[in-house]
Amino acid sequence: MSKLLQVRGLNVVFSGFHAITDLDFALDAGELRFLIGPNGAGKTTLIDVITGLTRPASGSVSFAGQELVGRREYQVVRAGVGRTFQTSVVFEELSVVDNLDLAAGFRRRLPALLRRRHGVSDDVASALDTIGLGALADRPAGVLSHGQRQWLEIGMLVVQRPRLLLLDEPVAGMSRTERERTGELLQSVARDHTVLVVEHDMDFLRRFASTVTVLHEGRLLCEGTVAEVQADPRVQEVYLGRSRDELDKEVA
Amino acid sequence: MRNRIAFALIAVLLLAAPLVFSPFRLDLLAKYLCYAIVALGIALAWGRGGMLTLGQGVFFGLGGYAMGMHLKLVEAGPGQLPDFMSWSGVERLPLLWKPFADPVFALVMVVVLPVTVALLLGLLVFRQRVRGAYFAVLSQALAAAFVILLVGQQGLTGGTNGLTNFQLFFGLDLYDDADRRILYFAIVVVLGLSYLVVRQLARSRYGQLLVAIRDGEDRVRFLGYDPALVKTFAFAFSAGLAGIAGALFVPVVGLLTPANLGVVASLELLIGVAIGGRYSLAGAVGGALLFHYAKTIFSEQWPDSWLYVQGALFVAVMLWAPRGLAGLAGQLRDLVAARRRPAAPAPTVLEEARA
Amino acid sequence: MGTLNQLVIGASIGAVLLLASLGLTFTFGQMGVINMAHGEFIMAGAYTAYVLQPLVGEQAVLVALPVAFAVGGVLGLILERLFIRRFYGRPLDTLLLTWGISLILQQVARDVFGAPNVQVTAPGWLTGGIDVGVRIPYNRVFILVLAVGCVAAISLYLSKLRQGRRMRAVMQNRQLAAVSGVATGRVDQATFFIGSGLAGVAGVALTLIGPVGPTLGSGYIVDAFLVVVAGGLGQLRGAVIAAFALGVLNSFVEFWTANGASFAKVVVFAVIIAFLQFRPQGMFVLRSRALT
Repeated sequence: MSKLLQVRGLNVVFSGFHAITDLDFALDAGELRFLIGPNGAGKTTLIDVITGLTRPASGSVSFAGQELVGRREYQVVRAGVGRTFQTSVVFEELSVVDNLDLAAGFRRRLPALLRRRHGVSDDVASALDTIGLGALADRPAGVLSHGQRQWLEIGMLVVQRPRLLLLDEPVAGMSRTERERTGELLQSVARDHTVLVVEHDMDFLRRFASTVTVLHEGRLLCEGTVAEVQADPRVQEVYLGRSRDELDKEVA
Repeated sequence: MRNRIAFALIAVLLLAAPLVFSPFRLDLLAKYLCYAIVALGIALAWGRGGMLTLGQGVFFGLGGYAMGMHLKLVEAGPGQLPDFMSWSGVERLPLLWKPFADPVFALVMVVVLPVTVALLLGLLVFRQRVRGAYFAVLSQALAAAFVILLVGQQGLTGGTNGLTNFQLFFGLDLYDDADRRILYFAIVVVLGLSYLVVRQLARSRYGQLLVAIRDGEDRVRFLGYDPALVKTFAFAFSAGLAGIAGALFVPVVGLLTPANLGVVASLELLIGVAIGGRYSLAGAVGGALLFHYAKTIFSEQWPDSWLYVQGALFVAVMLWAPRGLAGLAGQLRDLVAARRRPAAPAPTVLEEARA
Repeated sequence: MGTLNQLVIGASIGAVLLLASLGLTFTFGQMGVINMAHGEFIMAGAYTAYVLQPLVGEQAVLVALPVAFAVGGVLGLILERLFIRRFYGRPLDTLLLTWGISLILQQVARDVFGAPNVQVTAPGWLTGGIDVGVRIPYNRVFILVLAVGCVAAISLYLSKLRQGRRMRAVMQNRQLAAVSGVATGRVDQATFFIGSGLAGVAGVALTLIGPVGPTLGSGYIVDAFLVVVAGGLGQLRGAVIAAFALGVLNSFVEFWTANGASFAKVVVFAVIIAFLQFRPQGMFVLRSRALT
């Protein structure tokens, strides 16, 4: 009952292909969990099901006692689940502040929407501070670098005060320093949110992860600390044929 | 500040027009202003919301027919039939017509009819994520179907001839130049108010949300908004504006026929916006005026070449100025600025990538 | 009796719709291009038959079929080379551009052939009809056979020829096809040639059932696009089913309602909107996991 997210007996089938099979998965409130697995393991599919983008063939996703399966995407967000995508999408014509303001305002009613934005709300200001883009606040988001866009996306999530954040490969394509910054951002966000991160980058995983869940071919393989997972023979089996070194570089 | 001065200047020019123009030319200008009201709605739905509506004539027509039916009933007098009905052998006033004898009901319907149709279509279509070219095709099909319906119901709608011969418009004598001037002023005021309201919408958070949906509908969905509702609102709003414009068109032009609101007419409403600049409200208004002015000139002088000109306009705008005349000014400014400071970053690249 | 009659009328409307929309399923389906000038390619095909009539005589329609395919195809190729390939990824702008071109083509037809409609005389062997409970005119049978023949030819092309398989590859995943060594530009040209050529063939067929005028094609273009939307992008099966379904629906609504022709289009429109509630992407869909 104390679980924030509880996935039970999940099956997802894409025209005959079983992307997820009999998956049970749970997250405690306040947890920072990493989700890894080889290509086709079903990591993104799991996130898609939780957020309403994909309908499962069977199974349930209960979030804080509410069933999420069958809800539309925006309803899932309103229930308190936010997500990012592998390719970041920010609104290039709008300024950084306006992007955040747009994200913050999803509970606004129509009369409030029809007014212009005056000043910066406290929520937006604090999110801007968290992601460290204060200096670029009034620039159009189109000028941001790849890393800055990802941070803006994370900021757009945080400002919505979700109870659960799902991040899909937040450091993919980032430079070393950008990854470092993202890791710190992740830790600060995880302090007062429940976070699930899909990630390929092993260095990043070792530095910032505590608990890891491994998926393989749509099934749960194992769960544990980074060290436990790396030592697990089944995990090594999954990555059979690869040297330990390679495994370190790209478990996933 | 500069915008306010420009707005005031244009308002003064429009209000002073009756001093300069003959009654005939003033009527033409009034007609163009009706099209400009439609253009404002299109700029909101298409320019901001990315909904290419090829059926705006339907909403223009719904507003126009609501008004036209009322005016016909006033002209016929209580208990009498409008002239065209007796010609087509209708003996009793159809049920559909009866409530339009009431001026308040007719005025309400001018807005309610088009808005209802747009709400229905918008909700059904946008909820299923039918968008882009699909939506354009469907809106055009609606226009085609609407015209065939109007033409077929001779006894109800006047068929191909539509509604004609209006004498009175809420106490104004439509054959009197002074009264027509009052009508003209009324249209200027409606256009001005529409401009202010649409501008407020475009600048509000709602306007930003609409642009965000145009550029990334799925992303907005994951921010907790329902894009279908946001889009439908803009679409219905543009339909309402078109309805009002249609209602004003009827007394100005003195007739409303299916040809005023079919597939071709709907595209003509759109091309003005494209020429002026879909992203700019002032551009949309100016483009609509310019386009319909050009149409009048060519139809008077060289009727055979009008289609060539119109076709070439479509091609030229899309090839060289997809942001329209308003955007062209911006393009030139960027060009000059780039010449002076060659190292300056070019923000236009982003827009091109998006377009 | 009445039902059979309406079915036959519906099928023949469907055959015409199918011919008019076949080309669109490719240009719209593969390239995402809404070509409003498609209707004018139909018109060009019809005038091809008209021009050939004094040269060839009674069998002009038969000779016109391949010629009109070439005429339509070349027109399409010119359109693609000159304009459309610059508009890749801007479908709505393409729509307006091609609308402009269609206006120009209409006026060209008016200037060359005159505004009044002209007639193409059908060959003698197409007069008369067969009796299957109701009488089906031979020209309608001919159009049905022609439509079926075109569908068969296209599905052979798509499944058996290398060029056709490339076309399908581009349709399903343009970028993947490009990096796999398919010259997508070439495939686009071929697609446009074939799609527009089919419009020319449709134009010849239309001369059998009515007069030819500059706005002949624009009368069919809206319905043709509806067929593509209902059938699903680039889906041959979808287009075939949708065309005949819409044709039959049309004929029954006209039959059932007094003053029916007036309501038929509205009913068809409502049915399509209702259908899209269950199948928003049309009858058949190319599945993919990509967002948007």
